Amino acid sequence: MSASPSPWERATISAISDLTPRVKSFTFAPETPFRFRPGQHVDLRLTAPDGYQARRSYSIASAPSADGTIELAIERLDDGEVSSFFHEAAEVGDAIELRGPIGGHFVWDSDDGGPLLLIGAGSGVAPLMAMIRERAGQGSAVPALLVLAARGWDNILFRDELLALEARTDGFELVFALSREAVRRDRDHGGRIDQALAAAALARLPSPPTFAFVCGSNAFVEAATSAFIEAGLDSKIIRTERYGG
Amino acid sequence: MATRGFIGRRTPEDHAARTPPGQALTTDFPVLSAGPTPRIKLEDWKFTLKVGPRPVFAWDWKTFDALPKTAFTRDIHCVTTWSKLDTKWEGVTIDDLLAAAGMEAATPFVLAHGFDGYSTNVPTADLAGSKAMIATTYDGKPLTPDHGGPARLLVPHLYLWKSAKWVSGLQFTEVDTAGFWELRGYHMVGDPWREQRYHDDP
Repeated sequence: MSASPSPWERATISAISDLTPRVKSFTFAPETPFRFRPGQHVDLRLTAPDGYQARRSYSIASAPSADGTIELAIERLDDGEVSSFFHEAAEVGDAIELRGPIGGHFVWDSDDGGPLLLIGAGSGVAPLMAMIRERAGQGSAVPALLVLAARGWDNILFRDELLALEARTDGFELVFALSREAVRRDRDHGGRIDQALAAAALARLPSPPTFAFVCGSNAFVEAATSAFIEAGLDSKIIRTERYGG
Repeated sequence: MATRGFIGRRTPEDHAARTPPGQALTTDFPVLSAGPTPRIKLEDWKFTLKVGPRPVFAWDWKTFDALPKTAFTRDIHCVTTWSKLDTKWEGVTIDDLLAAAGMEAATPFVLAHGFDGYSTNVPTADLAGSKAMIATTYDGKPLTPDHGGPARLLVPHLYLWKSAKWVSGLQFTEVDTAGFWELRGYHMVGDPWREQRYHDDP
């Protein structure tokens, strides 16, 4: 049985940066670092002066690191009680409460092998990024493919890092699906993920994937899993993480 | 520990009493499941009651759909911290299901199974007394596949991962047997009012 997450503990914000116009990266240093597996998430808790609390779950985007820090990608939601705090009020040095790691299904380590198929949209790339960074950090040669949907080139989280990882030509392949913009690279795809894109993407892997992780809004996960299943992906290997309505 | 700069948006007073600790109200109906949505044809649908490994009663869709239906309007609570008030369901209560099978609760524990291989454990006491149903409609319409259709278990007073989607049967077990999420660190009971999210929560 998986261990329970840590009790609530203080974590200090050690870095903040912009990932896209609506998404910021926050790095947290938990007071008592804990081990986690790529794909897991943490719960954050904020407390108002009168004791009122709000909590949210965020996937960890960083690979496990020696210093125990954790990177989260927090998207600003129009009506977001917690995301508006992070985008408007939070500064480096502030402390929040954090509990983790959570989740034992949507996880992958380089020891698990592959080929590995990762499908994400928007900030849904976060847990997939943890797996990609883990794979690169371990020097793994496991074939891996990320199909990442975004509105446009500037809405792609971790875009430059992903392009740099792809340029290593160590078995990591990258396909962007841009729904609102013309593509800039031959291998990318205009429009939403459909069966044709799925078939072309699967052909980039040397053999059928043994792990498939899909993360994004529910509507995205439904559409993307359907497209890949129609293109021949074995539905039994698909693991999903969904958010929003 | 107060968070500098955080004020928060409180639940309106009349709803505060209905929102368990650590939860926030939503008017959406978010979907959470561990895998792709299975598409189950009604002609392939079957629901089985088991005692231990032994099947004791089974329904196809036609015979199941003919069982007496009950309407529920309930607040529901997901462990990912959203709660939704006044959700409207219709289905067959577990009491009516057992009556139709001519049996009583066989053991103190139940393991619910889904067509997708999912499972989750629920104390029998939490299923009896019109507290739970096999739901076939939501908001007056047939339950859609992403919300667990054709039929899901609904145990609205426990965190929603106990309400197995695409339910294919209930199995009475002698011992409390962890299901899919319970094996992955989640609580064996999952009462939102006691905030029983993870294995070690009291």
